[in-house]
Amino acid sequence: MIAIIDYGVGNLYSLSHSLSFLGIENKVTRNPEEIMAADKIILPGVGAFGDARQKLRETGMDALVVQKAKAGAPLLGICLGMQLLFQKSYEYGEHEGLSLLPGEICPLKEDIPGSLKVPHIGWNGLRILGDSPLLRGIQEGDSVYYVHSFYAKGAGDAVKAASEYGVMVPGLVQQGNVFGAQFHPEKSGPVGLKMLKAFGEDSLC
Amino acid sequence: MIAKRIIPCLDVRNGRVVKGTNFEGIQDVADPVEMAKYYNDTGADELVFYDITASFEGRGLFTDILKRTAAQVFIPLTVGGGINEVSDFERVLSCGADKVSVNSGAIRDPSLIDRAAKRYGDQCVVLSMDVKRVDGQFRIFAKGGRVDTGIDALQWAHDGQERGAGELVVNSIDTDGVKQGFDLEMLAAMAKQVTIPIIASGGAGKMEDFKTLFEAVPQVDAGLAASIFHRKEVPLPDLKRYLAEQGIPMRILREEK
Repeated sequence: MIAIIDYGVGNLYSLSHSLSFLGIENKVTRNPEEIMAADKIILPGVGAFGDARQKLRETGMDALVVQKAKAGAPLLGICLGMQLLFQKSYEYGEHEGLSLLPGEICPLKEDIPGSLKVPHIGWNGLRILGDSPLLRGIQEGDSVYYVHSFYAKGAGDAVKAASEYGVMVPGLVQQGNVFGAQFHPEKSGPVGLKMLKAFGEDSLC
Repeated sequence: MIAKRIIPCLDVRNGRVVKGTNFEGIQDVADPVEMAKYYNDTGADELVFYDITASFEGRGLFTDILKRTAAQVFIPLTVGGGINEVSDFERVLSCGADKVSVNSGAIRDPSLIDRAAKRYGDQCVVLSMDVKRVDGQFRIFAKGGRVDTGIDALQWAHDGQERGAGELVVNSIDTDGVKQGFDLEMLAAMAKQVTIPIIASGGAGKMEDFKTLFEAVPQVDAGLAASIFHRKEVPLPDLKRYLAEQGIPMRILREEK
């Protein structure tokens, strides 16, 4: 069973729908017992980093997620949920992340030409940069759906696929059992569904 | 590179997808769930569901359709129509919408944009507007395009972005239903006012109209249309292939073996 962590940010219905459509057992939950019993964890999120970080702390979900990940349970952060896995964010101030992945979350605006709009909204092609179980069956140029204004810097080899938007924006990151998608796989058509399906496989990692 | 988006709009009334011409002459077309599934499978980049129901019963029917649609559509889904309060955002988001489009509700109380953006994030709030030329000015029209509000459309777009709208849907009443192409003049003026994505609506009649749109006003991110897609006068997969061949960045679905 995949536990989708509910800590009061964003809309979890489409994510849950997508997993159910794929026949993957899942539950939107904030119940510590259910989360501890889950095989895998998805950390979703939209909105501002600081606000989400605070809600994770208040609900005690941050400690649980870190504990599960350190015990080896596959963890997938999506969009802001991916950004939370990094060490630090500079979105409206400076905030500590969960430090499960190396790197920092920085504003796109400062690193891309002024002619490009922020947020980065829409479909963008992936460039494959490394191996990951979530990239099985995914090809160079396959498009995924992004909505974000900040991006991961300094993630090094953890970046498995990226999209060009003035800079190379890390799209899919992975280090061991910790995965992150800056784009929304649940909104990325057949390409995204393939990745979610791969995350749901028993043989994942 | 980021792709230009092609967005079919499904106007839903009493459980059926319909399309009027110049805001009149409504007629029945098809089942919204089947149609949404068709677009999801054939490469639409996003879907807009517009609830044009007047009755309470119709609203319940709409949310039921929305739930059934969201369960099998895996592209962004925007919902509009009858959004007057933050609680209306909750109502449609809980049925599976990803973004919510406000139009008349924001005209009545512009703070709806601020409140919704604060609660759900800018990316969730789409400001939709019906624009028509009056005395050489672009004006905002309300009530499905029937009432001149006197509001300057360019100022309205600018203010909407300041309040936290994440995207704009700009529909030209002057070109809607005429099928002679998008309102390039108005869209270019709009593009000077905002930096958020602009979705152009109203006037598309053939594939070339989309090419002209993206080439003439490069700041436009997406083209929206309804009947020409629904009646397959411009089949959506053909349109996307054509635009890609013309050098417009497009997301093209790969044939699976």
